[in-house]
Amino acid sequence: MSRIQTTFATLKQEGKTALVPYITAGDPHPNHTVNLMHTLVKFGADMIELGVPFSDPMADGPVIQRASERALKHKVGLTAVLQMVKDFRAVDQKTPIILMGYANPIEAIGAKAFADRAKAADVDGVITVDYPPEECADYVQELRSRDIDPIFLLSPTTEPSRVDLIVKQASGFVYYVSLKGVTGAANLDINEVSGRVADIRKKTNLPVGVGFGIRDAVTAKATAAIADAVVVGSRIVTTIESSTDENLLSNVAALMTELKTAVDAAKQ
Amino acid sequence: MQLYDMPDVRGHFGQFGGTFVAETLVEALDELRLMYEKYRHDPVFLAEYAYDLKHFVGRPSPIYHAKRLSDKVGGAQIYLKREDLNHTGAHKINNTIGQALLAKRMGKPRVIAETGAGQHGVATATIAARMGLECVVYMGSEDIKRQAPNVFRMKLLGATVVPVESGSKTLKDALNEAMRDWVTNVHNTFYIIGTVAGPHPYPMMVRDFQAIIGIEAKQQMQEMVGRQPDAVIACVGGGSNAMGIFYPYIDVPNVRLIGVEAAGHGLETGMHAAPLTTNSPVGVLHGNRTYLMQDNDGNIIETHSVSAGLDYPGVGPEHAWLKDIKRAEYVAITDDDAMAAFHNLCRTEGIIPALESSHALAYAEKMAKTMRKDEIILVNLSGRGDKDINTVAKLANITL
Ligand SMILES: Cc1ncc(COP(=O)(O)O)c(C=O)c1O
Repeated sequence: MSRIQTTFATLKQEGKTALVPYITAGDPHPNHTVNLMHTLVKFGADMIELGVPFSDPMADGPVIQRASERALKHKVGLTAVLQMVKDFRAVDQKTPIILMGYANPIEAIGAKAFADRAKAADVDGVITVDYPPEECADYVQELRSRDIDPIFLLSPTTEPSRVDLIVKQASGFVYYVSLKGVTGAANLDINEVSGRVADIRKKTNLPVGVGFGIRDAVTAKATAAIADAVVVGSRIVTTIESSTDENLLSNVAALMTELKTAVDAAKQ
Repeated sequence: MQLYDMPDVRGHFGQFGGTFVAETLVEALDELRLMYEKYRHDPVFLAEYAYDLKHFVGRPSPIYHAKRLSDKVGGAQIYLKREDLNHTGAHKINNTIGQALLAKRMGKPRVIAETGAGQHGVATATIAARMGLECVVYMGSEDIKRQAPNVFRMKLLGATVVPVESGSKTLKDALNEAMRDWVTNVHNTFYIIGTVAGPHPYPMMVRDFQAIIGIEAKQQMQEMVGRQPDAVIACVGGGSNAMGIFYPYIDVPNVRLIGVEAAGHGLETGMHAAPLTTNSPVGVLHGNRTYLMQDNDGNIIETHSVSAGLDYPGVGPEHAWLKDIKRAEYVAITDDDAMAAFHNLCRTEGIIPALESSHALAYAEKMAKTMRKDEIILVNLSGRGDKDINTVAKLANITL
């Protein structure tokens, strides 16, 4: 069983929903990233989504765009990100790491070489925003043959017939994007999300994560009640952005504590 | 008979093209693809498109024999396809009419566009006003500075111009921002892409709407000189004016097709916008796979060109394909050579060309010198230079 599968299985036994924070690798500075990752785990992260900085993050709102720009100022690219995962793994062999990013950094080294290097760094899953399943059959094969989970997004506009196609390619979990828009937008409609998640569950036994638009304890709790994983991105990045070197870890710890309490309360 | 039959049903030109977008856009693109399939051969749709091209744009645009320029250069005869004479001043309007007609049929009351030089923004704002559609144009803040007259025109036409401050603040960033708008407002918004890039079906659809340039040219050359040119030359930013004039010539033997990219300060300086000429690596950006200027980490690098419309790190996937199958050739012209060709056309022919088109002119001059007097070069004069007067004044130290 992959780390992601094990994590979901354990949480299911405990009757809990996974809390999955997102940070952009290298933001605010590459020196902070591994420490930040350990802090996330210590204060409740069940998995970590680690953003690979990209010059043209088309699916991201201003908050995560700025995070990418800060990281790129320090020349943090895919190679540096994989090194951060390695460094994290030296201490933590348990928490699944999911890379989230865009196709071109992977294209630049090639699908096979990327899969090899991700495996060597002990990455567990990869979300590639602009690789829809129709365009990346070989890539999915390279990942799966190394037990790395290719994780796909489903959106409010995904037709039911495409959901079938996508869940066939996916493993680990599927990620429901809870709104039409970029990351960080604030118009989550929990009733609609609930209906869509129920529809997705009719088509797959994979766990369903929900993200985009979850920004506080209230939305985290409401989402946790219907999903297997709650992904929080822009809110965490905003906290990182407004912190100083001195209070960065404590601010993130406080936010995580709040989110964790909310997520854990959902299914009690 | 048309032998060339690209792209495939999913928009691939060999390894290039495709639909590399976030899931939220897949449905919108499917819808667009189906609607375009439905209307691209529909007689009523095509009649409306033809009507506007004739009565609103002023087509057919003439072909003009630049005789004094040819004599001055000494060599092949240079002919110009006068897209600069179109309403709004460039080829861009051909495409925006086609897409706006589709937007109407799809019931989308709002159109958005990205723009670099501002010509596509103006063409979109124009057709939006003409058809009663709301219009929002994304433009890099760098480009807003260097193409101020066009910003003013868009505002007069009732469009909202949104400055884009991210990344390099030029065309590629405007495209990112337009994509973000589209993901958010996909229910009521039609994204009018201005060049043969983006995800399928855009590269094919924009090419088809621009192909009128080449279709007319073939007929006009036959009428004027009784034969087709030895070479057709066009500048390449994303590549829409070039695809428009190349496409009907792809199956015509012995017509060389030459695309001219921006060499900026010189290819050797790295400050250029010439992904094809420099054999940049293949990658994925803005929905398609193509040659892309990028660093080792796969991040897109900053480009440079004196002309905002050529300042783009990628190129339409069909050009990547035409390069690989060797049907078209790609070369690059520096800022300085383009400026010289700009002034040359002004003084010898009384035509002020766009800086983009001046790149094609500069290469035509170079090439003509090596050819016989009875040989013919057809240059796509994609636009007029009114928008560029501030840039030229600054570079040539002319006080306005
Ligand atoms: C006059 C003119 N020519 C050429 C271009 C470049 O675009 P494309 O390569 O799509 O023709 C532009 C773009 O703004 C333009 O305004």
